[in-house]
Amino acid sequence: MDNFTVGVVVFPGSNCDRDVSWALEGCLDIRTKYLWHESSDLSDVDAIVLPGGFSYGDYLRCGAIARFSPLIKALDEFVKSGKRVLGICNGFQILTESGFLPGALVANKNLNFICDDVELDIVSSKGGWFNNGDEKQTIKLPIAHGEGRYHCDSDTLKRLVDNELIALKYKNNPNGSSFDIAGITNEKGNVLGLMPHPERACDETIGGTDGLFTLKSLILK
Amino acid sequence: MDQFAVKVFVRLRPSVLDPAGEATKSAAIKLGAEGIKSLRIGKMIEVKMEGNGENEVREKIDLLCDRLFANTVIEDYEYSLEKL
Repeated sequence: MDNFTVGVVVFPGSNCDRDVSWALEGCLDIRTKYLWHESSDLSDVDAIVLPGGFSYGDYLRCGAIARFSPLIKALDEFVKSGKRVLGICNGFQILTESGFLPGALVANKNLNFICDDVELDIVSSKGGWFNNGDEKQTIKLPIAHGEGRYHCDSDTLKRLVDNELIALKYKNNPNGSSFDIAGITNEKGNVLGLMPHPERACDETIGGTDGLFTLKSLILK
Repeated sequence: MDQFAVKVFVRLRPSVLDPAGEATKSAAIKLGAEGIKSLRIGKMIEVKMEGNGENEVREKIDLLCDRLFANTVIEDYEYSLEKL
C-alpha cells in the first residue's frame, strides 16, 4: 500500500489499539503508527483510527475526558482537510463527545454489557465505508459495549435520515439505540463512528471477515 | 479573592431513558417502598473555586458545565453557589 500510514490513537485505557493495528498490518498489509494521545503532530499519517476501550476509565462519561487531549484538538484540521477518521466503539463515543458526529451514546437499555455477534444492515454508501455495491446488504460484526445506545433529538434524527448519514443499523436492536442506529458518518462522509468492531472480523479463523472492507476503505482518498 | 463552594447537579434529560434509575426503582419497590412514581439518577459535582466576585465564578462554572461536566445532548445541569 505504498507509504500510506494509518495512525492508531492510544489513550490511557484504550484496549483495541493492537487489534486494529494487527488487522491493518497483518490482514491488509497497511502500515500503521501508534499515536499517543498527547501528540498533536498528525503530519505523517494519512488516516486515523480511534480504537475501542475505556479511555480515562470512562470517567464522567465515555469519551468525555479524551475529548480534551491534544490529539483530538489537532483532529479538527485533519477532518477538515478531508482525511479519513474511523471511530470504533469508545472511538465513536469520543467522536460524539467532541462534536465530530452528532448525538450521544448512553447506557444500554437493559444495562447489560453486551458481547455478541450482530447482524447489521448497510444503510448508506456515504464515504464508501461499506461494501453495498453488490447484493450483500447485511454484514455480521462483533459488538462489546455497556454504553452503546445511540441517542439524539428528533431534529438530529431527521437530519441523519435526510442526508443519508446513517451508515449501519442493527437488524435486532440489542441496546435500545434510536432508530436501530449502529454507525453514522459526518456530512462529508470522511468520518465514520460505529459501535461494532470491524477489526475483530478480519480473519475467518476468528469468526468472519466482514470487517475487512471497512478497514480497507481507510485508504480511500 | 473570594472563595466559593459550588454544587453542580447533572441530570439526564427527561426524554432520555435512565435504565439505572429504572433498575433502582424496581429494587426500591422490592424493598417495600410504596408510592414511587419516578426515580432517576444524576451526578453531583462539588467544586471549590476562587474568583473576583460571584459573577466571575458563575462565568467559569457555566463554561465548565456546558463543555465538560454535562453533555447537553443528553443532560441538563444546574448549580448552587455559596460564598465561603
